[in-house]
Amino acid sequence: MKPALIRLQINHRTVEVVAGSSVAAAIAAAQSSAVFRRSITGQPRAAFCGMGACFECRVRIDGTGQQRACMVPVREGMQVICDE
Amino acid sequence: MNDRYDVLIVGAGPAGLAAAHAAASHGARVGLIDQQATAGGQVWRHDVRRALPALARQSMRNALDHATVDWLAQTRVVTGEDGGLLVEDPKSARLLHYRALVLATGARELLLPFPGWTLPGVTGAGGLQALAKQGWPLAGRRVVIAGSGPLLLAAAATARAHGAHVAAIYEQSSREQMQHFATGLWRWPGKALQATALKAKLLGVPYRCGSVVRRATGEHQLQSIEVDGPGGLERIDCDVLAVGYGLLANVELAQLLGCTLQYQGAHAVVETDRYQQTSVAHVYAAGELCGIGGRDTARVEGAIAGHAACGEGAAADRLLPARRRARHFSDALDRCFALDARVHALAQPDTLICRCEDVPLAALDGHTDARSAKLATRCGMGACQGRICGSALAEIGRFPRSGARPPLFPTRLSTLAGVELSHFHEP
Repeated sequence: MKPALIRLQINHRTVEVVAGSSVAAAIAAAQSSAVFRRSITGQPRAAFCGMGACFECRVRIDGTGQQRACMVPVREGMQVICDE
Repeated sequence: MNDRYDVLIVGAGPAGLAAAHAAASHGARVGLIDQQATAGGQVWRHDVRRALPALARQSMRNALDHATVDWLAQTRVVTGEDGGLLVEDPKSARLLHYRALVLATGARELLLPFPGWTLPGVTGAGGLQALAKQGWPLAGRRVVIAGSGPLLLAAAATARAHGAHVAAIYEQSSREQMQHFATGLWRWPGKALQATALKAKLLGVPYRCGSVVRRATGEHQLQSIEVDGPGGLERIDCDVLAVGYGLLANVELAQLLGCTLQYQGAHAVVETDRYQQTSVAHVYAAGELCGIGGRDTARVEGAIAGHAACGEGAAADRLLPARRRARHFSDALDRCFALDARVHALAQPDTLICRCEDVPLAALDGHTDARSAKLATRCGMGACQGRICGSALAEIGRFPRSGARPPLFPTRLSTLAGVELSHFHEP
Protein backbone atom coordinates (compact mmCIF):
# COMPACT_ATOMS: atom_id res chain seq x y z
CA MET A 1 0.00 0.00 0.00
CA LYS A 2 1.37 3.40 -0.95
CA PRO A 3 1.29 5.98 1.83
CA ALA A 4 -1.18 8.85 1.49
CA LEU A 5 0.15 12.18 0.22
CA ILE A 6 -0.57 15.54 1.81
CA ARG A 7 -0.51 18.83 -0.14
CA LEU A 8 0.45 22.03 1.60
CA GLN A 9 1.89 25.42 0.71
CA ILE A 10 5.41 26.51 1.62
CA ASN A 11 5.89 30.22 0.92
CA HIS A 12 2.85 30.04 -1.42
CA ARG A 13 4.31 27.13 -3.39
CA THR A 14 2.54 23.77 -3.33
CA VAL A 15 4.49 20.77 -2.13
CA GLU A 16 3.37 17.18 -1.71
CA VAL A 17 4.76 14.98 1.07
CA VAL A 18 3.98 11.65 2.69
CA ALA A 19 1.37 11.77 5.48
CA GLY A 20 3.06 11.77 8.87
CA SER A 21 5.87 14.06 7.70
CA SER A 22 6.77 17.09 9.78
CA VAL A 23 6.42 20.62 8.47
CA ALA A 24 10.24 20.76 8.69
CA ALA A 25 10.51 17.89 6.21
CA ALA A 26 8.00 19.54 3.88
CA ILE A 27 10.06 22.75 3.89
CA ALA A 28 13.21 20.79 3.03
CA ALA A 29 11.32 18.93 0.30
CA ALA A 30 10.12 22.23 -1.20
CA GLN A 31 13.61 23.68 -1.42
CA SER A 32 16.83 21.75 -0.84
CA SER A 33 18.70 24.67 0.76
CA ALA A 34 15.70 26.08 2.61
CA VAL A 35 16.06 28.95 5.05
CA PHE A 36 13.64 28.45 7.94
CA ARG A 37 14.34 31.73 9.68
CA ARG A 38 16.90 34.54 9.92
CA SER A 39 18.86 34.95 13.13
CA ILE A 40 18.88 38.32 14.87
CA THR A 41 21.99 39.27 12.88
CA GLY A 42 20.46 38.05 9.62
CA GLN A 43 22.10 34.65 9.24
CA PRO A 44 20.12 31.91 7.49
CA ARG A 45 19.11 29.09 9.83
CA ALA A 46 17.46 25.71 9.34
CA ALA A 47 16.25 22.78 11.46
CA PHE A 48 19.08 21.73 13.76
CA CYS A 49 18.17 19.58 16.78
CA GLY A 50 15.18 17.87 15.14
CA MET A 51 13.44 17.35 18.47
CA GLY A 52 11.99 20.65 19.59
CA ALA A 53 14.84 21.86 21.84
CA CYS A 54 16.75 24.44 19.77
CA PHE A 55 13.93 26.49 18.18
CA GLU A 56 16.00 27.08 15.00
CA CYS A 57 13.17 25.80 12.78
CA ARG A 58 10.59 28.39 13.83
CA VAL A 59 8.17 29.33 11.03
CA ARG A 60 4.67 30.73 10.60
CA ILE A 61 1.99 28.06 10.25
CA ASP A 62 -1.57 29.00 9.28
CA GLY A 63 -1.04 32.53 10.51
CA THR A 64 0.56 31.65 13.85
CA GLY A 65 4.23 32.58 14.15
CA GLN A 66 7.03 31.00 16.19
CA GLN A 67 5.94 27.40 15.52
CA ARG A 68 8.63 24.72 15.65
CA ALA A 69 8.41 23.08 12.21
CA CYS A 70 9.98 19.86 13.52
CA MET A 71 7.19 19.38 16.06
CA VAL A 72 4.18 19.91 13.80
CA PRO A 73 2.86 17.19 11.48
CA VAL A 74 1.70 18.32 8.03
CA ARG A 75 -2.02 18.78 7.34
CA GLU A 76 -3.80 19.15 4.01
CA GLY A 77 -3.94 22.78 2.89
CA MET A 78 -1.55 24.07 5.54
CA GLN A 79 0.02 27.47 4.81
CA VAL A 80 3.65 27.75 5.92
CA ILE A 81 5.77 30.88 5.71
CA CYS A 82 9.52 30.66 6.27
CA ASP A 83 12.27 33.27 6.46
CA GLU A 84 10.04 36.17 7.48
CA MET B 1 -11.56 22.48 31.88
CA ASN B 2 -9.66 20.82 34.71
CA ASP B 3 -8.67 17.20 34.91
CA ARG B 4 -7.67 15.10 37.88
CA TYR B 5 -5.48 12.06 37.61
CA ASP B 6 -4.22 9.52 40.10
CA VAL B 7 -0.99 9.37 38.14
CA LEU B 8 0.07 12.04 35.66
CA ILE B 9 3.02 11.16 33.43
CA VAL B 10 5.09 13.64 31.46
CA GLY B 11 6.74 12.08 28.42
CA ALA B 12 5.50 9.17 26.30
CA GLY B 13 8.81 7.52 25.44
CA PRO B 14 9.75 4.05 26.72
CA ALA B 15 9.81 5.21 30.39
CA GLY B 16 6.50 7.07 30.27
CA LEU B 17 4.74 4.29 28.36
CA ALA B 18 5.96 1.68 30.86
CA ALA B 19 4.88 3.90 33.77
CA ALA B 20 1.41 4.34 32.24
CA HIS B 21 1.00 0.61 31.70
CA ALA B 22 2.17 -0.22 35.24
CA ALA B 23 -0.03 2.41 36.90
CA ALA B 24 -3.08 1.51 34.82
CA SER B 25 -2.64 -2.18 35.72
CA HIS B 26 -3.54 -1.20 39.32
CA GLY B 27 -6.68 0.58 38.15
CA ALA B 28 -5.25 4.10 38.44
CA ARG B 29 -6.66 6.92 36.32
CA VAL B 30 -3.63 7.92 34.26
CA GLY B 31 -2.89 11.02 32.20
CA LEU B 32 0.00 10.65 29.73
CA ILE B 33 1.21 13.84 28.07
CA ASP B 34 3.84 14.48 25.42
CA GLN B 35 4.88 17.42 23.27
CA GLN B 36 4.99 15.25 20.18
CA ALA B 37 1.97 14.30 18.09
CA THR B 38 2.76 10.59 18.39
CA ALA B 39 3.94 8.50 21.34
CA GLY B 40 7.29 6.72 21.41
CA GLY B 41 9.70 9.47 22.42
CA GLN B 42 12.92 9.81 20.49
CA VAL B 43 13.97 6.18 20.37
CA TRP B 44 10.60 4.92 19.13
CA ARG B 45 9.86 7.89 16.94
CA HIS B 46 7.36 7.16 14.17
CA ASP B 47 9.10 6.66 10.81
CA VAL B 48 7.15 7.62 7.68
CA ARG B 49 8.92 4.88 5.73
CA ARG B 50 9.34 1.97 8.11
CA ALA B 51 7.23 0.13 10.67
CA LEU B 52 8.15 0.46 14.33
CA PRO B 53 9.82 -2.47 16.11
CA ALA B 54 7.38 -4.98 17.66
CA LEU B 55 8.43 -3.99 21.20
CA ALA B 56 7.56 -0.36 20.50
CA ARG B 57 4.15 -1.25 19.07
CA GLN B 58 3.39 -3.52 22.02
CA SER B 59 4.49 -0.88 24.56
CA MET B 60 2.27 1.72 22.92
CA ARG B 61 -0.74 -0.57 22.81
CA ASN B 62 -0.26 -1.54 26.46
CA ALA B 63 -0.33 2.08 27.52
CA LEU B 64 -2.47 4.00 25.04
CA ASP B 65 -5.22 1.39 24.53
CA HIS B 66 -5.79 0.97 28.25
CA ALA B 67 -9.27 2.12 29.29
CA THR B 68 -8.02 4.22 32.22
CA VAL B 69 -5.24 6.02 30.31
CA ASP B 70 -5.88 9.43 28.72
CA TRP B 71 -3.34 10.10 25.96
CA LEU B 72 -2.75 13.85 25.63
CA ALA B 73 -0.63 14.44 22.52
CA GLN B 74 0.99 17.74 21.48
CA THR B 75 0.71 18.92 25.06
CA ARG B 76 3.53 20.73 26.79
CA VAL B 77 4.08 21.72 30.37
CA VAL B 78 4.26 25.46 30.93
CA THR B 79 4.79 25.42 34.67
CA GLY B 80 3.97 23.38 37.74
CA GLU B 81 3.43 23.48 41.45
CA ASP B 82 2.73 20.92 44.12
CA GLY B 83 -0.20 18.84 42.89
CA GLY B 84 -0.73 20.37 39.46
CA LEU B 85 0.72 21.25 36.07
CA LEU B 86 -0.30 24.03 33.72
CA VAL B 87 -0.22 22.59 30.20
CA GLU B 88 -1.06 23.87 26.75
CA ASP B 89 -1.94 22.09 23.53
CA PRO B 90 -2.23 23.72 20.08
CA LYS B 91 -5.69 25.05 20.96
CA SER B 92 -5.98 25.70 24.68
CA ALA B 93 -4.41 25.68 28.11
CA ARG B 94 -5.55 23.86 31.23
CA LEU B 95 -4.58 22.68 34.67
CA LEU B 96 -4.00 19.02 35.29
CA HIS B 97 -4.11 17.86 38.89
CA TYR B 98 -2.40 14.73 40.14
CA ARG B 99 -1.94 12.59 43.21
CA ALA B 100 1.38 11.33 41.88
CA LEU B 101 3.51 12.68 39.06
CA VAL B 102 5.96 10.64 36.98
CA LEU B 103 8.56 12.66 35.09
CA ALA B 104 9.81 10.82 32.02
CA THR B 105 11.03 13.82 30.05
CA GLY B 106 13.90 11.94 28.45
CA ALA B 107 16.99 13.44 26.93
CA ARG B 108 18.14 15.78 24.22
CA GLU B 109 21.45 15.85 22.40
CA LEU B 110 24.58 17.54 23.63
CA LEU B 111 25.30 19.92 20.75
CA LEU B 112 28.66 21.67 20.96
CA PRO B 113 29.72 24.83 19.15
CA PHE B 114 32.38 24.78 16.45
CA PRO B 115 33.05 27.16 13.55
CA GLY B 116 30.22 26.81 11.03
CA TRP B 117 27.78 24.93 13.28
CA THR B 118 25.00 27.43 12.55
CA LEU B 119 25.04 26.77 8.78
CA PRO B 120 21.91 25.20 7.27
CA GLY B 121 22.90 21.60 6.53
CA VAL B 122 24.45 21.07 9.97
CA THR B 123 22.19 19.14 12.35
CA GLY B 124 22.45 17.01 15.45
CA ALA B 125 23.16 13.30 14.92
CA GLY B 126 20.02 12.16 16.69
CA GLY B 127 18.60 15.34 15.19
CA LEU B 128 19.11 14.09 11.65
CA GLN B 129 17.68 10.73 12.60
CA ALA B 130 14.55 12.42 13.98
CA LEU B 131 14.21 14.67 10.92
CA ALA B 132 14.68 11.74 8.51
CA LYS B 133 12.08 9.61 10.26
CA GLN B 134 9.62 12.46 9.79
CA GLY B 135 10.27 12.60 6.09
CA TRP B 136 13.26 14.97 5.73
CA PRO B 137 14.52 14.21 2.20
CA LEU B 138 17.94 12.52 2.21
CA ALA B 139 17.85 10.48 -1.01
CA GLY B 140 21.12 10.90 -2.88
CA ARG B 141 22.48 13.41 -0.37
CA ARG B 142 26.03 13.12 0.86
CA VAL B 143 25.91 12.84 4.64
CA VAL B 144 28.67 12.79 7.26
CA ILE B 145 27.85 11.63 10.79
CA ALA B 146 30.12 12.77 13.62
CA GLY B 147 30.44 13.32 17.35
CA SER B 148 30.37 10.54 19.89
CA GLY B 149 28.44 7.55 21.13
CA PRO B 150 26.35 4.66 19.85
CA LEU B 151 23.72 7.07 18.54
CA LEU B 152 26.04 7.85 15.60
CA LEU B 153 25.59 4.31 14.30
CA ALA B 154 21.82 4.43 14.67
CA ALA B 155 21.68 7.84 12.97
CA ALA B 156 23.83 6.57 10.09
CA ALA B 157 21.66 3.48 9.65
CA THR B 158 18.49 5.60 9.51
CA ALA B 159 20.07 8.06 7.05
CA ARG B 160 21.09 5.19 4.83
CA ALA B 161 17.67 3.56 5.00
CA HIS B 162 16.25 6.90 3.81
CA GLY B 163 18.51 6.89 0.77
CA ALA B 164 21.43 9.00 1.95
CA HIS B 165 24.97 8.33 0.84
CA VAL B 166 26.74 8.15 4.22
CA ALA B 167 30.30 9.22 3.38
CA ALA B 168 31.76 8.44 6.82
CA ILE B 169 31.16 8.28 10.56
CA TYR B 170 33.67 10.18 12.71
CA GLU B 171 33.80 9.13 16.38
CA GLN B 172 35.88 11.27 18.74
CA SER B 173 36.72 8.34 21.07
CA SER B 174 40.00 6.63 20.35
CA ARG B 175 40.24 3.22 18.73
CA GLU B 176 41.62 1.83 22.03
CA GLN B 177 38.60 3.05 24.01
CA MET B 178 36.25 1.58 21.42
CA GLN B 179 37.98 -1.80 21.33
CA HIS B 180 37.87 -2.00 25.12
CA PHE B 181 34.13 -1.36 24.99
CA ALA B 182 33.53 -3.86 22.18
CA THR B 183 35.35 -6.67 24.01
CA GLY B 184 33.11 -6.11 27.07
CA LEU B 185 29.90 -6.17 25.05
CA TRP B 186 29.40 -9.96 25.54
CA ARG B 187 28.03 -9.17 29.01
CA TRP B 188 24.93 -7.67 27.40
CA PRO B 189 23.95 -10.12 24.65
CA GLY B 190 20.97 -8.01 23.56
CA LYS B 191 23.23 -5.00 23.00
CA ALA B 192 25.80 -7.13 21.18
CA LEU B 193 23.06 -8.32 18.83
CA GLN B 194 21.91 -4.73 18.23
CA ALA B 195 25.50 -3.71 17.47
CA THR B 196 25.91 -6.59 15.01
CA ALA B 197 22.66 -5.70 13.24
CA LEU B 198 23.72 -2.06 12.96
CA LYS B 199 27.12 -3.06 11.62
CA ALA B 200 25.44 -5.09 8.88
CA LYS B 201 23.27 -2.10 7.91
CA LEU B 202 26.38 0.09 7.71
CA LEU B 203 28.50 -2.23 5.59
CA GLY B 204 30.89 -0.15 3.49
CA VAL B 205 30.57 3.03 5.56
CA PRO B 206 33.97 4.08 6.94
CA TYR B 207 33.96 4.35 10.76
CA ARG B 208 36.88 6.51 11.92
CA CYS B 209 37.84 6.72 15.59
CA GLY B 210 39.78 9.54 17.22
CA SER B 211 38.31 11.98 14.68
CA VAL B 212 36.69 15.35 15.36
CA VAL B 213 34.95 17.73 12.94
CA ARG B 214 36.75 21.04 13.47
CA ARG B 215 34.90 23.28 11.07
CA ALA B 216 31.99 23.45 8.66
CA THR B 217 32.13 25.83 5.71
CA GLY B 218 29.78 27.03 3.00
CA GLU B 219 28.28 30.24 1.63
CA HIS B 220 24.68 30.05 2.88
CA GLN B 221 24.58 26.28 3.12
CA LEU B 222 27.02 23.61 4.25
CA GLN B 223 29.51 22.66 1.53
CA SER B 224 32.45 21.02 3.24
CA ILE B 225 33.94 20.10 6.60
CA GLU B 226 37.40 19.79 8.06
CA VAL B 227 38.13 16.68 10.13
CA ASP B 228 41.01 16.26 12.56
CA GLY B 229 41.84 12.54 12.66
CA PRO B 230 44.75 10.24 13.48
CA GLY B 231 46.07 10.82 9.93
CA GLY B 232 45.98 14.63 10.20
CA LEU B 233 43.52 17.16 8.77
CA GLU B 234 41.14 16.11 6.02
CA ARG B 235 38.62 18.15 4.00
CA ILE B 236 35.40 16.46 2.93
CA ASP B 237 32.59 17.83 0.75
CA CYS B 238 29.11 17.00 1.99
CA ASP B 239 25.48 18.21 1.93
CA VAL B 240 24.65 17.29 5.49
CA LEU B 241 26.77 17.09 8.64
CA ALA B 242 25.01 15.45 11.56
CA VAL B 243 27.03 15.90 14.72
CA GLY B 244 26.11 15.10 18.32
CA TYR B 245 28.22 14.51 21.42
CA GLY B 246 25.93 12.29 23.43
CA LEU B 247 22.77 12.90 25.41
CA LEU B 248 21.66 15.21 28.22
CA ALA B 249 18.76 14.71 30.62
CA ASN B 250 15.84 17.14 30.20
CA VAL B 251 15.78 18.16 33.88
CA GLU B 252 14.05 21.54 33.52
CA LEU B 253 10.61 20.51 34.79
CA ALA B 254 12.07 18.44 37.65
CA GLN B 255 14.26 21.39 38.61
CA LEU B 256 11.29 23.75 38.55
CA LEU B 257 9.36 21.43 40.86
CA GLY B 258 12.27 21.50 43.32
CA CYS B 259 13.56 17.94 42.80
CA THR B 260 17.13 17.48 44.01
CA LEU B 261 19.57 17.11 41.13
CA GLN B 262 22.98 15.51 41.09
CA TYR B 263 25.75 16.20 38.64
CA GLN B 264 27.28 13.60 36.36
CA GLY B 265 30.20 15.54 35.00
CA ALA B 266 28.97 18.95 33.84
CA HIS B 267 25.30 17.99 33.52
CA ALA B 268 22.51 17.41 35.98
CA VAL B 269 20.30 14.36 36.40
CA VAL B 270 17.47 13.82 38.89
CA GLU B 271 18.22 12.02 42.12
CA THR B 272 15.78 9.23 43.03
CA ASP B 273 15.37 6.56 45.70
CA ARG B 274 14.95 2.83 45.04
CA TYR B 275 11.34 3.40 43.90
CA GLN B 276 12.26 6.22 41.51
CA GLN B 277 10.83 8.79 43.90
CA THR B 278 12.52 12.19 43.75
CA SER B 279 13.25 14.39 46.78
CA VAL B 280 9.75 15.87 46.32
CA ALA B 281 6.90 13.79 47.76
CA HIS B 282 4.67 12.11 45.14
CA VAL B 283 7.00 13.10 42.29
CA TYR B 284 8.82 10.25 40.54
CA ALA B 285 11.41 10.30 37.77
CA ALA B 286 12.38 7.56 35.35
CA GLY B 287 14.63 6.89 32.40
CA GLU B 288 17.16 9.26 30.83
CA LEU B 289 16.17 11.94 33.32
CA CYS B 290 17.92 9.93 36.06
CA GLY B 291 21.09 9.39 34.02
CA ILE B 292 21.50 8.42 30.37
CA GLY B 293 20.78 4.70 30.28
CA GLY B 294 18.96 3.97 27.06
CA ARG B 295 15.72 2.24 26.23
CA ASP B 296 15.98 -0.82 28.47
CA THR B 297 16.80 1.22 31.57
CA ALA B 298 13.97 3.61 30.75
CA ARG B 299 11.42 0.79 30.41
CA VAL B 300 12.27 -0.83 33.72
CA GLU B 301 12.50 2.46 35.63
CA GLY B 302 9.22 3.65 34.13
CA ALA B 303 7.52 0.46 35.30
CA ILE B 304 9.01 0.81 38.81
CA ALA B 305 7.81 4.42 38.99
CA GLY B 306 4.34 3.48 37.73
CA HIS B 307 3.93 0.76 40.36
CA ALA B 308 5.41 2.87 43.17
CA ALA B 309 3.20 5.86 42.25
CA CYS B 310 0.22 3.59 43.00
CA GLY B 311 1.73 2.45 46.32
CA GLU B 312 2.46 -1.01 44.91
CA GLY B 313 5.95 -1.48 46.34
CA ALA B 314 5.97 -5.27 45.93
CA ALA B 315 5.45 -5.03 42.15
CA ALA B 316 8.23 -2.44 41.99
CA ASP B 317 10.58 -4.61 44.09
CA ARG B 318 10.43 -7.42 41.53
CA LEU B 319 11.96 -5.10 38.91
CA LEU B 320 14.95 -3.88 40.92
CA PRO B 321 17.44 -6.54 39.71
CA ALA B 322 16.58 -5.75 36.07
CA ARG B 323 17.25 -2.06 36.69
CA ARG B 324 20.65 -2.81 38.25
CA ARG B 325 21.70 -4.79 35.20
CA ALA B 326 20.51 -2.15 32.74
CA ARG B 327 22.31 0.65 34.60
CA HIS B 328 25.61 -1.28 34.53
CA PHE B 329 25.55 -1.06 30.75
CA SER B 330 25.16 2.71 30.73
CA ASP B 331 28.12 3.11 33.11
CA ALA B 332 30.27 1.19 30.63
CA LEU B 333 29.05 3.46 27.82
CA ASP B 334 29.97 6.60 29.76
CA ARG B 335 33.53 5.42 30.27
CA CYS B 336 34.00 4.55 26.61
CA PHE B 337 32.65 7.77 25.14
CA ALA B 338 34.19 10.31 27.55
CA LEU B 339 34.86 13.48 25.54
CA ASP B 340 38.34 14.33 24.30
CA ALA B 341 39.83 17.74 25.27
CA ARG B 342 39.91 18.69 21.55
CA VAL B 343 36.11 18.68 21.52
CA HIS B 344 35.97 21.27 24.31
CA ALA B 345 38.29 23.59 22.42
CA LEU B 346 36.51 23.68 19.05
CA ALA B 347 34.73 27.03 19.50
CA GLN B 348 36.81 30.03 18.42
CA PRO B 349 36.42 33.58 19.83
CA ASP B 350 34.05 34.53 16.96
CA THR B 351 32.04 31.26 17.04
CA LEU B 352 28.43 31.93 18.00
CA ILE B 353 27.60 30.13 21.23
CA CYS B 354 24.04 31.33 21.76
CA ARG B 355 22.28 30.63 18.46
CA CYS B 356 19.11 32.43 19.53
CA GLU B 357 20.80 35.73 20.36
CA ASP B 358 23.93 35.36 18.17
CA VAL B 359 26.41 35.75 21.04
CA PRO B 360 30.01 34.83 20.19
CA LEU B 361 32.32 33.06 22.64
CA ALA B 362 34.56 36.13 23.03
CA ALA B 363 31.61 38.13 24.43
CA LEU B 364 31.45 35.70 27.35
CA ASP B 365 35.06 36.20 28.43
CA GLY B 366 35.25 37.39 32.02
CA HIS B 367 31.82 36.06 33.00
CA THR B 368 31.96 33.33 35.61
CA ASP B 369 28.27 32.50 35.90
CA ALA B 370 25.30 32.18 33.57
CA ARG B 371 23.39 35.03 35.18
CA SER B 372 26.07 37.68 34.69
CA ALA B 373 26.67 36.48 31.12
CA LYS B 374 22.93 36.67 30.45
CA LEU B 375 22.57 40.19 31.83
CA ALA B 376 25.52 41.53 29.87
CA THR B 377 25.18 39.67 26.56
CA ARG B 378 21.65 38.12 26.37
CA CYS B 379 23.33 34.70 26.10
CA GLY B 380 20.67 32.10 26.92
CA MET B 381 17.76 34.54 26.75
CA GLY B 382 16.34 33.41 23.43
CA ALA B 383 13.56 30.99 22.57
CA CYS B 384 15.48 27.84 23.54
CA GLN B 385 16.05 29.31 27.00
CA GLY B 386 19.65 28.18 27.14
CA ARG B 387 18.91 24.53 26.40
CA ILE B 388 21.62 24.53 23.71
CA CYS B 389 24.15 27.20 24.75
CA GLY B 390 23.78 26.72 28.51
CA SER B 391 24.53 23.02 28.28
CA ALA B 392 27.37 23.64 25.81
CA LEU B 393 28.98 26.24 28.10
CA ALA B 394 28.73 23.86 31.06
CA GLU B 395 30.33 21.09 28.99
CA ILE B 396 33.25 23.19 27.75
CA GLY B 397 33.97 24.36 31.28
CA ARG B 398 32.81 28.00 31.20
CA PHE B 399 30.02 28.01 33.81
CA PRO B 400 27.08 25.84 34.88
CA ARG B 401 23.54 26.35 33.55
CA SER B 402 21.24 28.63 35.49
CA GLY B 403 18.13 27.27 37.22
CA ALA B 404 14.79 26.63 35.50
CA ARG B 405 12.05 29.25 35.72
CA PRO B 406 8.54 29.31 34.31
CA PRO B 407 7.40 29.26 31.60
CA LEU B 408 9.40 26.18 30.64
CA PHE B 409 8.82 26.95 26.96
CA PRO B 410 7.81 30.11 25.11
CA THR B 411 4.09 30.21 25.74
CA ARG B 412 0.98 31.93 24.40
CA LEU B 413 -0.02 34.99 26.40
CA SER B 414 -3.56 33.64 26.65
CA THR B 415 -2.19 30.59 28.50
CA LEU B 416 -0.56 32.74 31.15
CA ALA B 417 -3.51 35.12 31.36
CA GLY B 418 -6.07 32.34 31.78
CA VAL B 419 -4.90 30.85 35.05
CA GLU B 420 -4.06 31.77 38.56
CA LEU B 421 -1.48 29.42 39.94
CA SER B 422 -3.19 29.43 43.34
CA HIS B 423 -5.81 27.19 41.70
CA PHE B 424 -3.32 24.39 42.16
CA HIS B 425 -4.12 24.38 45.86
CA GLU B 426 -7.80 23.55 45.45
CA PRO B 427 -8.69 20.32 47.25
